[in-house]
Amino acid sequence: MLLITCPYCGPRPELEFAYGGQAHIARPQQPADLNDDAWAEHLYMRDNAKGAHAERWRHTHGCARFFNAVRDTGSDRILATYETGTPRPAAGDLVGGAA
Amino acid sequence: MTSVYRTKDGGRIQRGKPLRFTFDGRALQGVEGDTLASALLANGIHLVGRSFKYHRPRGILSAGADEPNALVGVRRDAARYTPNLRATQVELYDGLEAESQNRWPSLALDTGALNGLISPFIPAGFYYKTFMWPRKAWDSLYEPFIRAAAGLGRAPTQADPDRYLNRYAHCDVLIAGAGPAGLSAALTAARSGARVILCDEQSEFGGSLLAETSATIEGLPAQVWLQEAIAELAGNPRVVLLPRTTAFGYFAHNLIGLNQRVTDHLAVPSAEQPRERLWQVRAKEVILCAGALERPLVFPGNDRPGILLADSARTYLNRYGVRPGKRVVIITAHDGAYRAALDLHAAGVEIAAIADVRATADGPAPQAARQAGLPIRLRTTITGTRGGLRVEGVSLAAMDGGPSQSVACDAVLMSGGFTPSVHLFSQSRGKLDWDPAAQSFLPGRSAERERSAGASRGLFGLAEVLADGAAAGADAVAAAGLTPPAPRRLEASGIDLGTDGFLGALPGAGAPGAKAFVDWQNDVTAKDLLLATREGFRSIEHIKRYTTTGMATDQGKTSNMNALGVVSEALGTPIPAVGLTTFRMPYTPVTFGSLAATSRGVLFDPVRTTPIHDWAAAQGAVFEDVGLWKRARYFPRGGEDMDAAVARECLAVRSGVGVFDATTLGKIEVVGPDAAKFMNRLYVNAWTKLAPGRSRYGVLLRDDGFIFDDGVVGRVAEDRFHVTTTTGGAPRVLAMMEDYLQTEWPDLNVWLTSTTEQWAVIAVQGPQARQVLEGLVEGIDLSAEALPHMSLTEGKICGVPTRLFRMSFTGELGFEVNVPTSHGRAVWEAIWAAGQPHGMVAYGTETMHVLRAEKGYIIVGQETDGTVTPDDAGLSWAIGRTKADYVGKRSLAREAMNAPDRKQLVGLYTQNPSVVIEEGSQVVADARQQIPMRPIGHVSSSYMSATLGRSIALALVSGGRARMGQTLFVPTADGEVAVTVTSPVFYDQEGVRVNA
Repeated sequence: MLLITCPYCGPRPELEFAYGGQAHIARPQQPADLNDDAWAEHLYMRDNAKGAHAERWRHTHGCARFFNAVRDTGSDRILATYETGTPRPAAGDLVGGAA
Repeated sequence: MTSVYRTKDGGRIQRGKPLRFTFDGRALQGVEGDTLASALLANGIHLVGRSFKYHRPRGILSAGADEPNALVGVRRDAARYTPNLRATQVELYDGLEAESQNRWPSLALDTGALNGLISPFIPAGFYYKTFMWPRKAWDSLYEPFIRAAAGLGRAPTQADPDRYLNRYAHCDVLIAGAGPAGLSAALTAARSGARVILCDEQSEFGGSLLAETSATIEGLPAQVWLQEAIAELAGNPRVVLLPRTTAFGYFAHNLIGLNQRVTDHLAVPSAEQPRERLWQVRAKEVILCAGALERPLVFPGNDRPGILLADSARTYLNRYGVRPGKRVVIITAHDGAYRAALDLHAAGVEIAAIADVRATADGPAPQAARQAGLPIRLRTTITGTRGGLRVEGVSLAAMDGGPSQSVACDAVLMSGGFTPSVHLFSQSRGKLDWDPAAQSFLPGRSAERERSAGASRGLFGLAEVLADGAAAGADAVAAAGLTPPAPRRLEASGIDLGTDGFLGALPGAGAPGAKAFVDWQNDVTAKDLLLATREGFRSIEHIKRYTTTGMATDQGKTSNMNALGVVSEALGTPIPAVGLTTFRMPYTPVTFGSLAATSRGVLFDPVRTTPIHDWAAAQGAVFEDVGLWKRARYFPRGGEDMDAAVARECLAVRSGVGVFDATTLGKIEVVGPDAAKFMNRLYVNAWTKLAPGRSRYGVLLRDDGFIFDDGVVGRVAEDRFHVTTTTGGAPRVLAMMEDYLQTEWPDLNVWLTSTTEQWAVIAVQGPQARQVLEGLVEGIDLSAEALPHMSLTEGKICGVPTRLFRMSFTGELGFEVNVPTSHGRAVWEAIWAAGQPHGMVAYGTETMHVLRAEKGYIIVGQETDGTVTPDDAGLSWAIGRTKADYVGKRSLAREAMNAPDRKQLVGLYTQNPSVVIEEGSQVVADARQQIPMRPIGHVSSSYMSATLGRSIALALVSGGRARMGQTLFVPTADGEVAVTVTSPVFYDQEGVRVNA
């Protein structure tokens, strides 16, 4: 069970959280302006990174807030957690440096 | 003690405390401190089980967790029977009852041993090759045969009456294994002020020190030092000592699973204590001190009872005071067996021969053995063994062939060297490196915050191991942010045994008729592995699955490295290139009881009940599970079955009035200046113009355009919506709302609150609903003019505040009375009393389903399956057409979402009105077509309608709305059912009744 540091509450066991998929995918302001391909890209296409992956988590059984995490999908190490709406940390700012 | 096998003194047993026990019904005696295995050996019993495949007689091989043979069932009473326990780990108590397994009719005479005679016909992969065809034979012949022959112990037949607990713990340093390395690490960490948990699977701490007779540590005999070390740790309040506790699993981010056996060793367990306790420990730092396991040697006939591991034999002698036999032959590739030989020799056991497969043996232990006059033969192996239920002799021959010589004996001790226990390290996803010098896989790069120490990383000298433990302790303490003490080297003296060993099979293992076992528990021989390589298998992962080597409950603790050695030699590929199979948890089997802990019976899953639950139960309601909720399904009267009760309830609602507990509906309060804007962006409906006091049927899509949830939404005030969801959908709807609010539209000033548990909801439905409620409400006008269909009002009912909705899921005049949960029961009973003059019935979910189906109202999850659009479900009317956007709108504009052949909601009438189609049935256009038929739709709901006097069904049918009046077919096991496509609204299509 992962140990995840909620930016609002601190480290908590994984079972308090719900996974929320890839982070930093903003819903288009005007979906009607997108053609089918662009809309499908937004809806369905996701990265499948081996290594550092920015993803959303929600502290469902805690503060209920969404936040973002960078997780190494190979080792499951959480390299950073940060508030929704803030940019993904640079590689050098991750736990253990570049990932 | 009378047994000739028990020594007069020495060891950690208490000879003055005899314990009675039985094995297969035979009364025997052991002493305090014995394991079942040591007590059996003390009685001269080696034969303890039959092997899995060939039913060969098998004896005790080891003295610990690696035991593949001595699996027994231990019985306390009829309900307390534990199969497949390793006798080497079962602590003896007075009155213990044990039985052998996998034998019929008895251990000494086992008819299954005939498998041994036909063994040339059941080679590796036999099952895969044989039980293939004919297909029919699988059910009638093969599977019953395999099931009867397979498996080891039998499961207990009664529910487990014992209590199991679990607990979470945190510490700075967790140390798995309390041998010399673990103790040294624990002392170092504890002296730094760290919070330490030290666990060991054995009943006593000490590991190899428990069998030590001559070594000294800091000038003290090893066992005296051990006692002082434990006393120091026990006196430190920041140290938790857990004997009888196996670290069985290493999970992500340093979560370690510990299985603590609390009462299994007690003759009379206290009722106060749990049988086992599952610990989930989150450790800042972990030190793995799991030690090493001795490897058997692979020679023909190496599995006879009386053949055991040399260091295990030494443990039996030095720790338990038990001689393994009177006259033993030793075969070895490691100096450790000489040390065992010397100890046995000193205890009066005759050493008939020491066969050493190596060319030289000049370490201190072989030197001492020479000086003691023990008969040593270098470059010598065993080419065969004799004996039935016990080994009687061996054939010795030179490694490079030549004549063999028979030597009589009643026990054989073998040592192929030691394999570091890297199980937990491997589970932690650390990388194992092959060390050519040690001929071992050793811990390499870590994936978690852990380090290994001592024999588990290939270090064997006592002084070296103690120093390594201390260094690991200091390293862990520093990594945990504490200051380690100044390094202090422990003086220790112990015999240097080197790191020699042998991997693979000895000469003769492949000879005709030879059975040289690699995996004792799964009966895999060297020849089986060779056959697999001849058949083209190359990867150890494939060979493992084909031959089942290493796949038994011992996970190949004694066999994996020898299997690798055999395959490596056969393929001419170095061992690291052959690879190593993955170690998986649990290290040793863990009971289901421990894993389930308190999650059983009523605590298995939470149960949600409404405030009206007890009333319904008292009325004889039959309940159904809906998610975690218990919902009243129907209220049978006087022996009614469900169909009769539902028919009566339906007619009563349509003709008079019924009351229904709708409390389980999900409820979310959407509040804030931007509440309407938020609802507009989320739901398909238009909310801006909805006046306070009015409500609307809301449809929620995912952004892919498919229906996600639905429910009536009331606007309580300009800035306040009372949103209802499906019973099962409440959490996911709230999660979706929070997702959009927090991450897409953080600019909106809206608050979301789950109010499901705050409101009891009492639905009063039927033509007389108004009359029932009229006398109960205060300050509320229930007239059609003041409170029309789809409206709501606030006021009081029975003296308590209510949000009263005029709405209907039945098609009748209806109200849903929301009152605070604590008043739910009282208001319900008041409504019930007021309803009696009107013939009110209580109805359940089954009647609710029928009534809504008669009106063509969908149920999300029944009519929808994640691929249904609002238009498919006939809900286009709900969509706010003028809105620029809402969740799902862009997807609904895709061409495929508007194709005319999409499955659309329709009604079906069976042409025979008494036939009720099975829900989930497929719908076809032509019943005469060939199988497999092409379905054009499926039946989503199907009921007998008492109101209509016939069956009705809802279905999703391709292009369904254009098929009105068509005849379609539903194939069933009893032939096809002809149906006519009709409107999904079967009753009161004009909606007169709902607006009454």
